[in-house]
Amino acid sequence: MIGKTCHFTGKSGTTTVVGVTAQLALDDAGLRRLLHGLPPVDQVGADARAARLGTRSIKTTAKAEALDLAVRMVDLTTLEGADTPGKVRALCAKGAHPEPDQPECPSVAAICVYGDMVATAKAALAGTGIKVASVATAFPSGRAPLAVKLADTAAAVEAGADEIDMVIDRGAFLSGRYGAVAEEIAAVKQACRTGGHDAHLKVILETGELATYDNVKRASWLAMLSGADFIKTSTGKVSPAATLPVTLLMLESVRDFRAQTGRQVGVKPAGGIRTAKDAIKYLVTVNETAGPDWLSPDWFRFGASSLLNDLLLQRRKLATGVYSGPDYVTVD
Amino acid sequence: MGLFDYAPAPESRSVVDLKPSYGLFVDGEFVDGSAGAFKSVNPATEEVLAEVAMADAADVDRAVAVARRAYDEVWSRMPGNERAKYIFRIARIIQERARELAVLESLDNGKPIRESRDVDIPLAAAHFFYYAGWADKLGHANLGPDPRPLGVAGQVIPWNFPLLMLAWKVAPALACGNTVVLKPAETTPLTALLFAEICQQADLPPGVVNILTGAGATGAAVVGHPGVDKVAFTGSTEVGRMIAKQVAGTSKKVTLELGGKAANLVFEDAPLEQAIEGIVDGIFFNQGHVCCAGSRLLVQESVAEEVVDRLRERMKTLRVGDPLDKNTDIGAINSAEQLAKIRTLTEAGEAEGATRWSPPCELPERGFFFAPTIFTGVSQAHRIAHEEIFGPVLSVLTFRTPAEAVEKANNTAYGLSAGVWTDKGSRILWLAKQMRAGVVWANTFNRFDPTSPFGGYKESGYGREGGRHGLEAYLDV
Repeated sequence: MIGKTCHFTGKSGTTTVVGVTAQLALDDAGLRRLLHGLPPVDQVGADARAARLGTRSIKTTAKAEALDLAVRMVDLTTLEGADTPGKVRALCAKGAHPEPDQPECPSVAAICVYGDMVATAKAALAGTGIKVASVATAFPSGRAPLAVKLADTAAAVEAGADEIDMVIDRGAFLSGRYGAVAEEIAAVKQACRTGGHDAHLKVILETGELATYDNVKRASWLAMLSGADFIKTSTGKVSPAATLPVTLLMLESVRDFRAQTGRQVGVKPAGGIRTAKDAIKYLVTVNETAGPDWLSPDWFRFGASSLLNDLLLQRRKLATGVYSGPDYVTVD
Repeated sequence: MGLFDYAPAPESRSVVDLKPSYGLFVDGEFVDGSAGAFKSVNPATEEVLAEVAMADAADVDRAVAVARRAYDEVWSRMPGNERAKYIFRIARIIQERARELAVLESLDNGKPIRESRDVDIPLAAAHFFYYAGWADKLGHANLGPDPRPLGVAGQVIPWNFPLLMLAWKVAPALACGNTVVLKPAETTPLTALLFAEICQQADLPPGVVNILTGAGATGAAVVGHPGVDKVAFTGSTEVGRMIAKQVAGTSKKVTLELGGKAANLVFEDAPLEQAIEGIVDGIFFNQGHVCCAGSRLLVQESVAEEVVDRLRERMKTLRVGDPLDKNTDIGAINSAEQLAKIRTLTEAGEAEGATRWSPPCELPERGFFFAPTIFTGVSQAHRIAHEEIFGPVLSVLTFRTPAEAVEKANNTAYGLSAGVWTDKGSRILWLAKQMRAGVVWANTFNRFDPTSPFGGYKESGYGREGGRHGLEAYLDV
């Protein structure tokens, strides 16, 4: 996808023209023309749409389904300087069996850790089918030379990471050096293939630092054009992290990108989603924006740590009619 | 449908205490009408909700007489800050009883509970709050140093926003020191009667607000009564004309807010995703029963196909059905009569050669429902391009240049509202000046606020409601 030129599949009338509707040199000016040619976003309208979606009322059977789906979409995360192998193993155990006495309770999608904990997590998750995701590329700031970022990525992949969560160079993006951002993403994508592996690449846009919705949309397209398998809102270390309007924009982007190129990209809001109620709002937004094709852990994830506990409490509440409270779920 | 079916999420009806029958509200109490009764029906189920008294000329006489007495002896003499206390109190009670009002509105009107809960009732309260604030500041409204009220206001309101239209009429009238005889629409009288209870609860002096239920003849009697000093009407252009004729040659002041056939202009540089939402809000809000609905979509040729494709995709997610379900986007058409009118006009659209499309959606077996519909390939000459349908039916037309957009948008007998979608500020300002419409929305549609005046050009009526301008209609200036 990325190289000297960018080949596009465009739609003209009802016939799809494959190939060369647009051939743009991938320098900063070419990318700028492409990204700034996307339809603009009206912030007031986008916020209002997200708020409207948040008023959907998901009850009874739909709620039960949504809660289980949300559990299956969680990237259970610990990204602290104080992380220990013991804590990571505990998290893995919890992710595999969130409700040890209820075998029908699904496990989470992935455990997300720093690169040095990948081997520990991989061992703890052996045989569970749960993925190991590793943050890389000088997470969370992304401020390191490219070689260091690539080495960081390669090391995590070698240690067994199934998924890499990279951060984009916001400095380059905000100053209009789109080519640098694109090349870096493409290079990290290459590093994901180290040693014959093929780790999925999630590209963190850090939308809290991108300032405008137009930028969020442009960064989404830039990441997708550069080979991202997922686009992710935030590191969780910057406020605001994931918000519903930003996730809505990203879902619209992946939908439009698939319509235009045929390639489906996933979305991962991360940071700040703590309650089951919020998670359900996101699922409604997925359902009514990108559509049901994205309602699967293969295409939508929640990057979260405390969310899982609330999902479990709400699951129990729905099953028993009684709210048990935070003392009845494990703190990580 | 897909993986994620929303289970029914009905709002409870138990907050509403429906009586089997209701009388007229005259002089602060409920009294029997002299002309029998009629039934108000839930349009979503066709069940009878309650019997409501029919007011005749004798009831109108009495109501106008008590309104005059209340005007002369109490309300017009009361200092503005005292009047404000009552109006603020009414606003607060509307907020306190919001859930009850919302459920009752959805039952009687058929509109989705999401809209009555999030739009109608909060806006109605906001209007009372806003005009309560004006009551003691009328001398500072640029309408003269000491503007005087007019007297008794005869007000006739439509069925599309029953309580909200009541608020638009009653709040400024009371703030300015007038008393009121109001006739709600025949098919939606119930929230007005609940409002009468709220007036009692607020200890509003008897006779200041009087509510007479009934049909067209009752409305004509209110409008034509010699004791009425001011007539305010919202409804069809046809009835508006009759009223204008009826009051011609009298000293009555009149404001009319009538029909519309608004253009929603989408330019190629528009924020498309939000424009789609605006188109949906413009025409499918309140089942399209909105006089300022964006019922004509004018889209620039270069993006027409993309806009229509996206609109179709979006329409597939609209949920039509039980108005009391919190996830319903499009509720019931208000009456069998209105449903028949929508059917007639959409059939005419097909017969004239436009292409009709609706998303696949199952309509409930009982009740009055109509699937959201768009027509493409519409020309200016088609009936669906210039007649007001007052239903969830959108006519899509295209334009090539801004000049053509203006020409087509203004090529209508109406002129209530218009919408403009573009990222270019200069174009918004230019278009706003070109549009012969009372309200021009930029990158939004169907937004209402008590501080903003609302009203029409041409056959959409005259006079303004809302904002400082709305005071003028109720003051002798």
